[in-house]
Amino acid sequence: MLSYIARRIVYVIPIVIGVALVCFLLVHLAPGDPLVAVLPADASQELAAQLRAAYGFDRPLPVQFGIWVWKALNGDLGTSIASGRPVLAEVMNAVGNTIMLALAAAAIGFFLGVSLGLIAGYYRNTWIDKVATSIAVMGVSVPHYWLGIVLVIIFSVQLNWLPAVGAGPGGSSSWAWDWAHMQYLVLPALTSAAIPMGIITRTVRALTGDILSQDFVEALRAKGLNERGVFRHVIKNAAPTAMAVMGLQLGYMLGGSILIETVFSWPGTGLLLNSAIFQRDLPLLQGTILVLALFFVFLNLVVDIAQATIDPRIKRS
Amino acid sequence: MSAISEPALQVPAKTKSSGYWATVGRRLLRDKLSVLCAVILLTILLAALFAPWLGLADPYQGSMIRRLRPIGTPNYLLGTDELGRDMLARLVYGGRLSLLTGILPVFLAFIAGTTLGLIAGYAGGKLNTIIMRTVDVFFAFPSVLLAIAISGALGAGILNSVVSLTIVFIPQITRVAESVTTGVRNRDFVEAARASGADTLTIMRVHMLGNVLGPIFVYATGLISVSMILASGLSFLGLGTKPPEPEWGLMLNTLRTAIYANPVVAALPGVMIFAVSICFNLLSDGLRSAMDIRN
Repeated sequence: MLSYIARRIVYVIPIVIGVALVCFLLVHLAPGDPLVAVLPADASQELAAQLRAAYGFDRPLPVQFGIWVWKALNGDLGTSIASGRPVLAEVMNAVGNTIMLALAAAAIGFFLGVSLGLIAGYYRNTWIDKVATSIAVMGVSVPHYWLGIVLVIIFSVQLNWLPAVGAGPGGSSSWAWDWAHMQYLVLPALTSAAIPMGIITRTVRALTGDILSQDFVEALRAKGLNERGVFRHVIKNAAPTAMAVMGLQLGYMLGGSILIETVFSWPGTGLLLNSAIFQRDLPLLQGTILVLALFFVFLNLVVDIAQATIDPRIKRS
Repeated sequence: MSAISEPALQVPAKTKSSGYWATVGRRLLRDKLSVLCAVILLTILLAALFAPWLGLADPYQGSMIRRLRPIGTPNYLLGTDELGRDMLARLVYGGRLSLLTGILPVFLAFIAGTTLGLIAGYAGGKLNTIIMRTVDVFFAFPSVLLAIAISGALGAGILNSVVSLTIVFIPQITRVAESVTTGVRNRDFVEAARASGADTLTIMRVHMLGNVLGPIFVYATGLISVSMILASGLSFLGLGTKPPEPEWGLMLNTLRTAIYANPVVAALPGVMIFAVSICFNLLSDGLRSAMDIRN
């Protein structure tokens, strides 16, 4: 087991370096001067050169990359051009809200997906299966930002049950576990849950079908086990894969929350990314993407190791 | 795998017989749902293509006194938008950019990814390692994040959003192409071709390509749904085309101010994205099961 974990970790190192390189190059891919956001239009040549030196943009690229990585390893992701605050502080400030939203959505998506998938797989090719698979296809095909708008129209505009935007009463972004705050989480979480719900339904349905057609199920029934007992065996066998898929989906939600956070003005990393893009705040853009991508890599690692722990067959391959 | 859908990749062990594609076509035509999806997609595509000849209203001509008319208004079948422009015309014309930015990246990535995957799979060794490890790096980014990161760095624009989505899909298609190619490479008929003195290019073109294109194509059709959602999502954020150009994602964004006054009209552009996306998904599923002849 330990050697498997060690191998997996060693394999991640080049990926992390690659990710850092991509994030770094993003800024240099961008057309125009990265300082355009802070520099007044009538700035003198000296001021421009001074600022360029202050941000380190005057050095050769490999040197800049080296410095950037070294600083990042020491927890310094640079300074946001728009706000003047450290990038890492800005990202860490926002990431909590994104994680909360992703976890809530993952819980909803996992519960619905596993339930629908088990039912669909068990009652394969009946009308129940057709309904469940239709819901799954809709889940993976729906433009989630549009689903968010539709939910706002129904539950905020028409019924006036839930708030449309924000993360707390009076525009506050501090969190508390009471209904006044939690009602802000409902619509964004439901919206984010659509895709994982669809994907997990499909996965679990296929798994259930495969498991039910295996010989051991026949044996269980032959020895007189009731259907509830058979069902429990199906759940046990489907769990590792379903959890691995959910882990990946959690990562996708953490990194891909920009559209949903924009629709709901949810103050997380997605909204931060949005403002970084439109204020051309390249250090903030770079830093946010790096943190989110590293989260994703780390989550993948955890999922792989967790899966290998539950299912010993994986280690050997 | 992509953020939005992970079509279970099933590579049908294809037996190359003269009637393979004819059989697949026949099976697909028997699948009512696939036919329905194909008809809907063709209708939307043809309407977008021939929009100027359909006798629609001018999609750019607004009027301050006719803003946000409801669905069913005489002369404005689907109502009017926040600037009084005819929604039907804008939805039909909007298909031009939306379909282009949704389909083109997958097409470009199909060409580039298949090439890279074929090379990696056939060459093996060091070249394979270099290509596939680079692909792994791109898989370390959730696809929405990667698309937005590249688009955001390049700045708004249709070309930039096509470029960013193409970069998102190339690694995904390369990975599939490589695994299919590796599978085919070790089959006996390739060995036989090599033994009979065929050069690498001939083997790739004659013996490999025909056997790997099918599964890669099916996978790529499944990506169009994701691509449509992402492309419209980029314009929804303001990273695609600019107003007053009709485009579904952008229309959805500018109509957000109208969700109180006229919610149904405000939701219409999303219905188009949803319809196209779900049809491509179902069609791709249908194609996959039609190609799996053993069932």
